[in-house]
Amino acid sequence: MTALNLQGALHGQALQRAGKRHGWFLLSPMLPALLLVLVTFVLPIGWLFGLSLFDADGNLSAGNYTRLLQPIYVLAFTQTFKIALIVTVVCVLLGYPYAYFMVHAPRRLAGLAMALLLISLWTSLLVRTYAWLVLLQRRGLVNDVLTSLGIVDTPLALVHNLTGTVIGMTHIMLPYMVLPLYAAMKSINPLYLQAASTFGASPTRAFRDVFLPLSLPGLAAGATLVFVLSLGFYVTPALLGGGKVQMLSMRIESDVSMYANWGAASSLGVVLLVATLVILFIVKKIAGLGRRSE
Amino acid sequence: MNRPLNHWLGLAARRAWLYLLVLAIMVFLLTPTLIVLPMSLSDARYLSFPPKSLSLQPFFSYFASIEWQSATRISLITATLTMILATTLGTAAAYALHNSQQRYLGLLRGLMMAPMIVPSIFIAIGLFFVYARLDLNNSIPGLVLAHTLLALPYVIINVGAGLKTYDMTQEHAACILGASRLRAFFDVTLPQIRFSVVSAAMLAFAVSLDEAVISLFISGGDSATLTKRMFSSLRSEIDPLIAVVATLMTLLSIIMLAVSLTAQRRAQRRSES
Repeated sequence: MTALNLQGALHGQALQRAGKRHGWFLLSPMLPALLLVLVTFVLPIGWLFGLSLFDADGNLSAGNYTRLLQPIYVLAFTQTFKIALIVTVVCVLLGYPYAYFMVHAPRRLAGLAMALLLISLWTSLLVRTYAWLVLLQRRGLVNDVLTSLGIVDTPLALVHNLTGTVIGMTHIMLPYMVLPLYAAMKSINPLYLQAASTFGASPTRAFRDVFLPLSLPGLAAGATLVFVLSLGFYVTPALLGGGKVQMLSMRIESDVSMYANWGAASSLGVVLLVATLVILFIVKKIAGLGRRSE
Repeated sequence: MNRPLNHWLGLAARRAWLYLLVLAIMVFLLTPTLIVLPMSLSDARYLSFPPKSLSLQPFFSYFASIEWQSATRISLITATLTMILATTLGTAAAYALHNSQQRYLGLLRGLMMAPMIVPSIFIAIGLFFVYARLDLNNSIPGLVLAHTLLALPYVIINVGAGLKTYDMTQEHAACILGASRLRAFFDVTLPQIRFSVVSAAMLAFAVSLDEAVISLFISGGDSATLTKRMFSSLRSEIDPLIAVVATLMTLLSIIMLAVSLTAQRRAQRRSES
């Protein structure tokens, strides 16, 4: 009896070992991709991280990080976070009704809304930024329309400043807001809303107490994505900001190409990366807590 | 349904507001894509819209320009190679992530997805540094490797979604019947997830064609990409040929989107039937 058990246990162990080996074997197709990620991603970023810890003479120092307290860097930080926040808020304000429309509109119209979103998403970022540069200029289409409709008397300064940057970035980020929201709204059972209305809730009340809370996870996912991606923008603020907008990515670029100051650029990049990760971590924690309490 | 009239009026008013707002957002979304073509047909030296007169002259100038032709060639070669490499590596990785139950799988997956959210400028200067030692700066292989890194997450997500709707026991059945794992994958699994793979390939191509920040740092001279040339040109004096390049890029994106959507629809139909 015991001998049989022992044999069974040994057999089980062997199976487990074989299973483990098989598990690693199944992972092997990932190796080439992993190698690529190590060489072109982990190695460069690790290298920059190391670089950020040394001063120009090759001595270990925190100088690259303390330098970030200088006003010019602090300004870049505050401006970057400010722009990311504005873009996120505008994306929420535009994206929520748009996603709501896509879920509730007749099939054809919803399809059209999705198609426009995808066309915009697939159009090159640089092409769209260029198009905005043309549209928003002093004598561009937007100002033409605004003046001929009598909404404004003199053309507005819509580009080469913060406004232009926010318009261009919002246009690029909007699909990243709408798509997670749409997925979340689509999964809300319409029977819940019907039930609320059956029990006498007004449409406003049904929306506020039933639909809105159920769509919040999608809203949080979209807003986080938009905020985090906005922090790293380079091309759009560089072209539409007209030198008046200084975001962190642009600071990193000028530190490297104008001053060849790799230490400063690296430390800035490290801080930007850490900030991104911290935001993602916090959101994940909060979202995780929310899910558990349901 | 004996609700008061003003209830329905209120509902209609709200709906009208929503439709108007959505219409405005639709115009906002589509306008930049739409105006590119008329812009490219104008021969004005300066950015203007609507163009004063239409002509095909800018297109002829584009095809006659050695610099733009070279940049176009570099971008298309890079995007094609990136598409092949990223689709291959990404499909293999998605397959491994789908089948394995290793403990640190989430970490590995996170690592592969990370390039999507890490600011590209940071990857760009790091790569420039590493490539300087590997002699990969200003080269097509260097560009392809970097663009593959950025395209991998998209391929993994797309192919992973395809694998979710596929029943892996079919592959196991093929293995039991004597096929090797590799053969079983190519003969049984791949044909059934092919639409997801095609859609992923389109995305990889688009990611590479559109990439500007990394290309700005690691490509130059004869290996400058279209996006690098466009960016530099937009920053200094604006070359009217940019409108032509933008039009051609947009047409290409729309074709790729169409292919990708068709593939996705087929994949859906397959998983439903």
